[in-house]
Amino acid sequence: MRRALPILVVLAVLLAAIAIVNPFFIEPAGFLSFVRRAAPLVILAAGQYLVIVAGEFDLSVGSLVTVEVVVAARLIDGDEAATWPVLALLIVLGLVVGLVNGAVTTLLRVPSFITTLGMMLVLSGAVFLWTGGAPRGALSQAFRMFGRQTGWAVLILVVVAVAAVVLMRANFGRTLIAVGDNERAAALSGVRVTRVRIIAFTLSGLSAAVAGILLGGFAGVSAQVGQGLEFQAITAVVLGGVVLGGGRGTVVAAMAGAFTLEALFTLLNLYGVSGALKFTVQGVILIAAVAAGAIRLPFLDAPKVKGDAHAVS
Amino acid sequence: MTPNVLAGSRTRFAALANPTSVVFLALAGVILVGWALVAVDGGQFLTMETVVGVQQRSAALGIVAVGQTLAIMAGSLDLSVAYLISLTSLVAAVTMAGQDSNIVLAVGAVMGVSALVGLVNGLMISKLRVHAFIATLGVSLIIKGILSDLYDGPAGRVPESFQHLGYDRLGPVPVSALLWAAVALVAWFLLRRTKYGYRVYAVGGDVEVARLSGIRTDRVIVVTHVLCSLCAGIAGLLLASRLGAGAPTVGTDGGYDLESIAAVVLGGTALAGGRGGVAGTVGGVLLLAVLDSVFNQLEVNSFFKDVVRGVVIVVAVAVYARRTGLAGRRRT
Repeated sequence: MRRALPILVVLAVLLAAIAIVNPFFIEPAGFLSFVRRAAPLVILAAGQYLVIVAGEFDLSVGSLVTVEVVVAARLIDGDEAATWPVLALLIVLGLVVGLVNGAVTTLLRVPSFITTLGMMLVLSGAVFLWTGGAPRGALSQAFRMFGRQTGWAVLILVVVAVAAVVLMRANFGRTLIAVGDNERAAALSGVRVTRVRIIAFTLSGLSAAVAGILLGGFAGVSAQVGQGLEFQAITAVVLGGVVLGGGRGTVVAAMAGAFTLEALFTLLNLYGVSGALKFTVQGVILIAAVAAGAIRLPFLDAPKVKGDAHAVS
Repeated sequence: MTPNVLAGSRTRFAALANPTSVVFLALAGVILVGWALVAVDGGQFLTMETVVGVQQRSAALGIVAVGQTLAIMAGSLDLSVAYLISLTSLVAAVTMAGQDSNIVLAVGAVMGVSALVGLVNGLMISKLRVHAFIATLGVSLIIKGILSDLYDGPAGRVPESFQHLGYDRLGPVPVSALLWAAVALVAWFLLRRTKYGYRVYAVGGDVEVARLSGIRTDRVIVVTHVLCSLCAGIAGLLLASRLGAGAPTVGTDGGYDLESIAAVVLGGTALAGGRGGVAGTVGGVLLLAVLDSVFNQLEVNSFFKDVVRGVVIVVAVAVYARRTGLAGRRRT
């Protein structure tokens, strides 16, 4: 929990700043609608965290979200009865894409940056090849309920968050962090590195499927629904103090990072920063947060850094 | 440890174990298969038009990818090139404002802006210890914000004399391809024939070992990022001369950030750094362009192109991973 503290403080400050400008934000309805808006990114961040803490990247989640929404719209096509079978199919699709990412990265030893970049091209190409260039069809009311109704979105978010925390406290979580910290040491102490990494990618695919289901209801069907989400999810995870390269950071901090990013967007809107400069502020904050984290480390535990196993070997 | 020493230890398999030869073999294969497919389809593949088209299409990506090669070789990477290309195309066109007399000033301004961006990238990565992915992603967000705040659409005007850069050609070779060749030659010379190049290989191989052997690793990383950004600036100039104006979306529409990284990796340079070279990157870019051209001639759906492209990149890297794995086992 101590590692998550800085980002929680930043989040609290941002939430307080929003509340000062917009008192409605403190009321349950106002706050819950903020949580609902943040839910897809928080879920994606939880999935991305699992991959990043194991020392990898998943760049395919943005296009996977788009694929989920476009596939759902085409298959359901306004038919209420099709909702549940399609939902099940979407979950399976997310799992399979994650499984392929994981298998190619570990078994074929392709760097995950390239695997998931290739997957991104394949997914966005394939889905529009299938629909003929533009999204077609419509979602059913029952499908849109998950993203639209605050209760459902918050419930799903809570379930995902609890599951992620439980998972990271279980054996799996410890081995995952061990793999990200030092793959060889983990392998020598009996961790099945390949299997752990494949599971992490599969869960990241699952998180993209869930986020896609929420976003489909919330934002509707478009070809741009998932655009740039992979970078936002990575930004959120890194804002939470999780180190790229693996082995450090907690899933709570990663999810808090996603809330922080969403709160930042809300605040910038409220203070009337032009939509365009939003990106500039986001970039500066991203770099500043990571730089601050990196600079503080050497002073805090200098001997640890010096005696780093990598430096000796 | 230079790549030449590595190659020497496995001479018998050098041709197949060296990713640069693999990518050029693959290029030859794609040209042959493409030629056959187009011939079956009733067309002519190796026409002047296609040959020029392939070069035209690949020049801008090629120049960016050469810069990206330097960054990746040094164990870094640069995600900010796409927005930097947009920015420099605007800087060029707005400074020129249609006047011949402003060309020198505009080129200077573009180089200045690019060098500054590269300097910022390099300093953040080396001095502030920000991961290259995050540092350059942050810089690209900053440039994106500035661009969309200042410009709604194309701006500035490029004088006609400057448009020769984008459209003229000497026989079958476009000027833009010559520019690409020049940039690639300079980068090749820097990497293989100068102290700086050997330092890049060392830093990319293992930054800690390089530092302990007395290399000023920070300086190498900063110089590399300045060079990488300068390449993006040159690509921005080229695109401005093609468009006749600067455009805030020209870099991202071309997907130059991820595409250039894909081309570099396709050319056999290891994403982790320390292994590879400019020649492979040139092969990688040409391979992508020839694929594109074959698909265009066969009038294949553009979404199908993306699918194939994604598969090709992953398969190529999987093949290289096997080769280096085998070579590594043989050495021990």
